[in-house]
Amino acid sequence: MSGAEIFDITIDKVRFSYDGAPMHFDATIAANAITALIGPSGSGKSTLLNLIAGFETPSQGRILFAGRDHTAVAPAERPVSMVFQENNLFAHLDVAANVGLGRSPSLKLDEADRDDISTALERVGLAGKDKRLPRELSGGERQRVALARVLVRNRPVLLLDEAFASLGPSLRRDMLDLVGELQRSRAMTVLMVTHDPADALRIAAHTIFLENGCVVASGDTATMLSGKAPAQVQRYLGGKVRDAGDTIARKET
Amino acid sequence: MAVRDEPLTRPRGAVHEWRGLAGLAFIGLLIGGALLGLVAEGARDPSGARDAFDPYLARVVRFTLLQAILSTLASVLPAIVVARALSRHGAFRGRGLLLRLFSVPLALPQIVAALGVLALFGRAGLLADLASASGLGHWPSIYGLSGILIAHAFFNVPLAARLLLQALDTIPADHWRLASQLGMAPWSTFGLIEWPAMRAALPGIAGLVFMLCVTSFTIVLTLGGGPAATTLEVAIYQALRFDFDPARALVLTALQLGLTIAIVWLLARLGADLAGETSIAVSRRRYAAIGGVETLFNAAVLMLALAFVGGPIAAIVAGGLEADLGRLIGEHAVRAALATSLVLAFVAAILCCLLTFGLVSGRKRLEARRRSSPAGLAERLMDSGTALVLVVPPIIIGAGWFLLLRLFADAFAFAPVMVVCVNAVMAIPFVVRAIRPAHDSAFDRHDRLCRQLGITGMARLRLVDWPVMRRPLATGFAFAMALSIGDLGVIALFGSEQVQTLPYLLLARMSSYRTADAAGIALILAVFCFLLIMLAERLGGEKR
Repeated sequence: MSGAEIFDITIDKVRFSYDGAPMHFDATIAANAITALIGPSGSGKSTLLNLIAGFETPSQGRILFAGRDHTAVAPAERPVSMVFQENNLFAHLDVAANVGLGRSPSLKLDEADRDDISTALERVGLAGKDKRLPRELSGGERQRVALARVLVRNRPVLLLDEAFASLGPSLRRDMLDLVGELQRSRAMTVLMVTHDPADALRIAAHTIFLENGCVVASGDTATMLSGKAPAQVQRYLGGKVRDAGDTIARKET
Repeated sequence: MAVRDEPLTRPRGAVHEWRGLAGLAFIGLLIGGALLGLVAEGARDPSGARDAFDPYLARVVRFTLLQAILSTLASVLPAIVVARALSRHGAFRGRGLLLRLFSVPLALPQIVAALGVLALFGRAGLLADLASASGLGHWPSIYGLSGILIAHAFFNVPLAARLLLQALDTIPADHWRLASQLGMAPWSTFGLIEWPAMRAALPGIAGLVFMLCVTSFTIVLTLGGGPAATTLEVAIYQALRFDFDPARALVLTALQLGLTIAIVWLLARLGADLAGETSIAVSRRRYAAIGGVETLFNAAVLMLALAFVGGPIAAIVAGGLEADLGRLIGEHAVRAALATSLVLAFVAAILCCLLTFGLVSGRKRLEARRRSSPAGLAERLMDSGTALVLVVPPIIIGAGWFLLLRLFADAFAFAPVMVVCVNAVMAIPFVVRAIRPAHDSAFDRHDRLCRQLGITGMARLRLVDWPVMRRPLATGFAFAMALSIGDLGVIALFGSEQVQTLPYLLLARMSSYRTADAAGIALILAVFCFLLIMLAERLGGEKR
């Protein structure tokens, strides 16, 4: 994958049905930026990520990366890495192996690969922990291993499915900042699902709001999470808007 | 809903379903071949088959059902009392040990248990000796219905008691608290709380025991003692091995097949669990104060149960140790039979694990792919179809193949293949228990990750499946090998001087009244089974 390409994602009139709930997505995710995906639970946030990653197949419509149709491409062949909320690591493999799988799915690694793995682990702050097993790591460290694998895998698109939802507030802010840094250094297109508007305000330039399996509103994050947001978004955010406003204020000082 | 039939993004799924389909094909071939044998025999000699319907046949059917009904009663009624006693006293010393003892008969090869029952209750047994020593006079022979009932009760009282105890353990603690607050007498507690819980489970448990007794082969063969006490399964064996009357064998097999299908259909409606798994429940705090009289009664019940289940086991050990074990082990026939048993059981267990892994992973993949739409035929077959092999008892498969093979070749030459294949398939439902939970939860954790990273084929087996499944597979393997090593089913039909397993040799020694030899071989066989079951439990128990 050449780094020069602009990896925007187009979700072109995608239809999908899960447990009888019809969903209809139509959106464009900006290249080289972080976009937050918010909405009530059951609104289809994770489903949309699964469609983009290729774990689900649309019944109609297309998924395009950089203008090319990837609707029928297997997950591993897409220009995408995804980090889940949990189960990102194989519990029986050590940290280095878990990261190495991002380079070779049969774990056939040469010297250069091993160097890359060490560099990536260093980059996410896990230097020297390459022989640990996942159960010997904290929840935050485990997600850092997953991010190291994203670096080693080097795909232009990163999907985060509430990847940091189970972490405490300060740890979560650290992880978000790390994602922000990685995004800038690799010029990645990042789409992250989150429950907390503060996450979006912290690193996402754009925000998309989903409701009942449809994209209801989208725009730049500051507008979407302010008093100027569309009515449905305001209703969903409820009391959170003011808190979010406070966060903006703090961020701007 | 416009869903595409074949999602293009998942071409790899098909490979894994092939494993499951291969497993199904193997089972289908085994059962189909047996049925083909029956049909071929029927077509070859239709008048012989018609002639086989005679008064003898009616008597056999009648006895088959009679002994099964009586055995069920003799197993389930005592089990109710035993289970209640165990449930009322949740924390006495040795309770765990007693429950463990109750799991022993299921691990014991049937022929070994039959020998234990003879050694304790038989005319030359320990109780007869005691009776004559104390001048109680003539001890009756237990060959026939009484011996069959005792042996079936030995197996099924503990099984039914454990299943009933499980039912009792589902009673919410609040009910007990309420009962003690209202001051319920033991009798009302039984009527209002315990009996309703047991009654719900009873049809399924009784059905399971009935099914086990209707298809019982080894017990009836060794303890029946003559044509007056013969069941369909034993009559099939006799028709093929002694009278060489294929037409009669055909009719008997068809009848037995019809009978088991009818019973299984009935059981499915009752909601019985055919593989009959029980877990040992942890003792629970009860809030009822139990009176002295009831405690004495319950203690007597449990002592009796202990003696009834422990007695034959002790008799096996005692009889085996009395035998000249050194000479036996030095004997060529014994060593050859042991080696044959080990090799055949080993191969059967490997085959069983391969088939089961294929079926389990095929089923899970189909389930994961279909999402919320209803399960297809292949998935349903890989799921419950594995238990369907219990519908077709080994003797029926063996008989069908025997009839088929003899049309082309010397059927006895196929003994090793038949023993391996049938034993492997018979063990599938039990191995499914051992590996499916681990497999399915690992699949849920790993599948998206594997698909995302492109870990497929051999790499997935080596890096993901094998490390996770190694232990459960070893458990399943040990179980399958234990089941296979003690089995006297197909080998009874196909065994010969050339191919003898340990149970077959044991049967031969029993038939020629070499009782001491038989006792020694029984102990050797029991020890091997036990080691394997213990290994299975150790492997399965840790790391959970």
